Amino acid sequence: MNPLLELREIRAAYDGITALHGVDLRVGAGQVVALLGPNGAGKTTTLRVAAGVHPAESGRLLLGGRDLTGADPRDLARAGVCLIPEGRGVFPNLSVRDNLLMMTFTGRSREQVEEVAFARFPILAKRATQTAGTLSGGEQQMLALARGLATDPAVLLLDELSMGLAPLIVAELYEQVAEIARQGVAVLVVEQFAAAVLDIADHAAVMVRGRIERHGRPDDGLRTELSALYLGSST
Amino acid sequence: MEQFLAFGVVGLTTAAVYAVIGSGLVLTYTTTGVFNFAHGATGMLAAFSYWQLAEGWGLPVPVALALVLLVLAPGFGLLLERFVLRHAQGLGDAQRLVITVALLSGFIATARWVWDPNEPRPLSPFFVDREPFRLGPAVITWHQAITMAVAVAVAAGLWALLNRTRTGAEMRATVDDRALVGLTGADPVRANRVAWMLGTQLAAVGGILIAPTVALDASQLSLLIVSAYAAAIFGRLRSLPLTFLGAVVVGCTESFLTGYLPQNEYLPGLRLAAPALLLFAVLLLFPHRRLRGRDRKLIPVPMPSMRGTAVFAASIVALGVLLATTLGEEQAITYGSMFALGVVALSYVPLTGYAGQVSLCQLSIAGIGAVVWAQLGAHGELWALGATILISAVVGALIALPALRLSGVYLALGTTAFTIILDRWIFTLPSFELFGVRIALFRQGSAEVVGPNLFGLRLEDTAQIMVFAAVCLALAVLGVAALRRGTFGRRLIALRDSEAAYATLGGNLLLAKVLVFSLSAGLAGLGGALYGMHLRSVTAENFNLVAGLPIFLIAVIGGLGMVGNGLFTGASFVGPNVLISVAPWLHNPMGLLPALVGIGVSRHPEGVLPMMRRGWEPLGRDRTVLAALLGLFALVWALRLGDVIGGWTLFVALLVGAHLLQKAAAVRQAAQTAPDVPVEWWGVRRPWRAEDKEVLARGLAAG
Repeated sequence: MNPLLELREIRAAYDGITALHGVDLRVGAGQVVALLGPNGAGKTTTLRVAAGVHPAESGRLLLGGRDLTGADPRDLARAGVCLIPEGRGVFPNLSVRDNLLMMTFTGRSREQVEEVAFARFPILAKRATQTAGTLSGGEQQMLALARGLATDPAVLLLDELSMGLAPLIVAELYEQVAEIARQGVAVLVVEQFAAAVLDIADHAAVMVRGRIERHGRPDDGLRTELSALYLGSST
Repeated sequence: MEQFLAFGVVGLTTAAVYAVIGSGLVLTYTTTGVFNFAHGATGMLAAFSYWQLAEGWGLPVPVALALVLLVLAPGFGLLLERFVLRHAQGLGDAQRLVITVALLSGFIATARWVWDPNEPRPLSPFFVDREPFRLGPAVITWHQAITMAVAVAVAAGLWALLNRTRTGAEMRATVDDRALVGLTGADPVRANRVAWMLGTQLAAVGGILIAPTVALDASQLSLLIVSAYAAAIFGRLRSLPLTFLGAVVVGCTESFLTGYLPQNEYLPGLRLAAPALLLFAVLLLFPHRRLRGRDRKLIPVPMPSMRGTAVFAASIVALGVLLATTLGEEQAITYGSMFALGVVALSYVPLTGYAGQVSLCQLSIAGIGAVVWAQLGAHGELWALGATILISAVVGALIALPALRLSGVYLALGTTAFTIILDRWIFTLPSFELFGVRIALFRQGSAEVVGPNLFGLRLEDTAQIMVFAAVCLALAVLGVAALRRGTFGRRLIALRDSEAAYATLGGNLLLAKVLVFSLSAGLAGLGGALYGMHLRSVTAENFNLVAGLPIFLIAVIGGLGMVGNGLFTGASFVGPNVLISVAPWLHNPMGLLPALVGIGVSRHPEGVLPMMRRGWEPLGRDRTVLAALLGLFALVWALRLGDVIGGWTLFVALLVGAHLLQKAAAVRQAAQTAPDVPVEWWGVRRPWRAEDKEVLARGLAAG
């Protein structure tokens, strides 16, 4: 499968301290790739580089074969990259409706956005005039995820979707993610709550200290390896 | 009843202007996060530009209006956004505040430069020839009607823009989460650009509407903003309807006070100070989560060594003696105030530098110090100087109480309000009796101030007072350095870093704030008394808000965490007079200097003194070069005292000599220094040195 999103030999640093040491990652259309690993492994930085929020020191970022290395987040968003950042990607002082209005800058009309968002998450229609910051954590994450649904992105980058949410809500949200992928969207998910995402992932990559140490299908071997990484290995 | 209605109409008209200006302020704050202290001054510039076009050059009113409101104002807003305010958004609260205060100071200086303040500039109200019309029992002029209609249109237009358009959502979203706006494909820069263009236009509309009803004066028009501040704070800086309601409260209060305030020699100033009193009250009555902002971008506060500080204090005294013995009387009057103003500026160091409390009222407290000394030390009694410091400290403690509820830009607003209350009301009061004591402030004119009597030695001439002020500054520098090194200094820095953490660790916020405000006010009061002694006769204008802005700006430019700030500010304040004495045409451009440099603070938020200190450190350590410098100093001083060389030769010789010796010390040190060994390898790749411990401690303290 030709990758829709491709990171090649990406290196990135914070104040001279290298966080990514040459990361290679490919996500194809309709594929869900889970990026897993312990704290400080560089997962979020990888997503930030893919969305143009953090600059890469070297390496290339390709989208559908187009080299978009160095493009700013706005251009990448308009090219179809949608990052839902960690900790609720919503505008807390804007109403739900205004949050949805902010999803129209990539070309869709207000009506189209609201139609998709309200159909997929009916609770948002009930909360349309409510300020986003006053929604529950799950509702806020639904609103954030609505951007991934309503703006028709080519690539969806999700960072810690499950943070602070009840397992039932997490499962519900990941069902929506799988549905988004089935529509042909390339989905790259960073998640600490590995069990939730591995159920829907086609491929998983394990990051440790800024490098992808292992990747492959999310089978039992990978799960065991992950347990060893998080909890320590007896060997 | 007719009178009541007439005052009501005037009040509503004024309220309409405040509402327009206040809504511009709310718009820019809610959409960019920058509280623009220069908002009123922008309106002032627009009013002057309108006067120039319509009255000065005789353009038809609609053309002049269109040019100002549709071309100049938005263009000016765009320029401000592009070259000044875009960079300000990434800074901490204090630096952002300084940049807009610098703009305020710069706009006033520019207006005074371009439009001679001594020339009257009458501006006619709109449709002045038409007869006023009656609405029920009320008589309304066309200008008043237009003003109110404009306010209603602005209210409706802004509400629709912010709540019913995608541009409005983009503007509000930019404040919520700028990075996320970029991720949605929207453009945060465009949102800010629109906000600044619209904000400037609203300030211009307000300025043009109010200018015909007040004198076209740069400072007065700029400070009309205080009323709009009160309205905006009433709206908690985000609600436009509440801002409009606040404007009505402020406008009508002012108007009814004019009409119904009893005729009394103590009360006229109260009407003028009413907006500031309301602002003060509103700030305290409407505490809000957002009103207690928290600054995460804090500048480091270096630890001064006591030996270095002692050398610096001795240098201050030496400089005082040098100037006193070499300057003529006229020059001494011009340059001698540097030490007194230095003490005032030094008061910012513990308060703002260490404790993070941004205050714009230090020069006003200095004014209190000056009048207390004028009253109690009428015969130069030394105890009166102690009493001056004490009374100023008590005033500082009183300010500290409301300061507990405020921080950052809101504390700056509160202290601005306090300054304006003093300027417009308290300092203009005639003498009065309090608890049986007759108190005279500026005696509705000027207060005479004499030098101190030092155990029988009466300091009378300017040179003597200059040396006395230099000694006081040196002692204050030593005191502030000791404070920084002591427990209380560390506590203040902890308080600045996180008030919550300070309190949860058992620190007493109230006590710490009261103490630091008192200490700093005591210093400012001493500075004011010294400034008064130097000037011999002081008026309220010497200590007003506008006079205090350049001192605050220069202090920030110097670096608020540095004990050298006092001398730096004093010298920088009077220094440009050297150039003005050579080229008098430089007077106006020099007035702009603090503002221009203040705007550049975004490049060096920690101030220029740390850089200067790094540059001069090698000289301080090199005994040979230091001895050469002292020798040069003694030589040119002796030559000047012997009348062999003139003042200019002394000045140039010292400047060039010191610069060359500084370079020489740097070169010598570079030759002696071994290649840099990273700090983690000290004691491994090279032997551990005795001074390494202090170097590490300083590095950690500087963050």
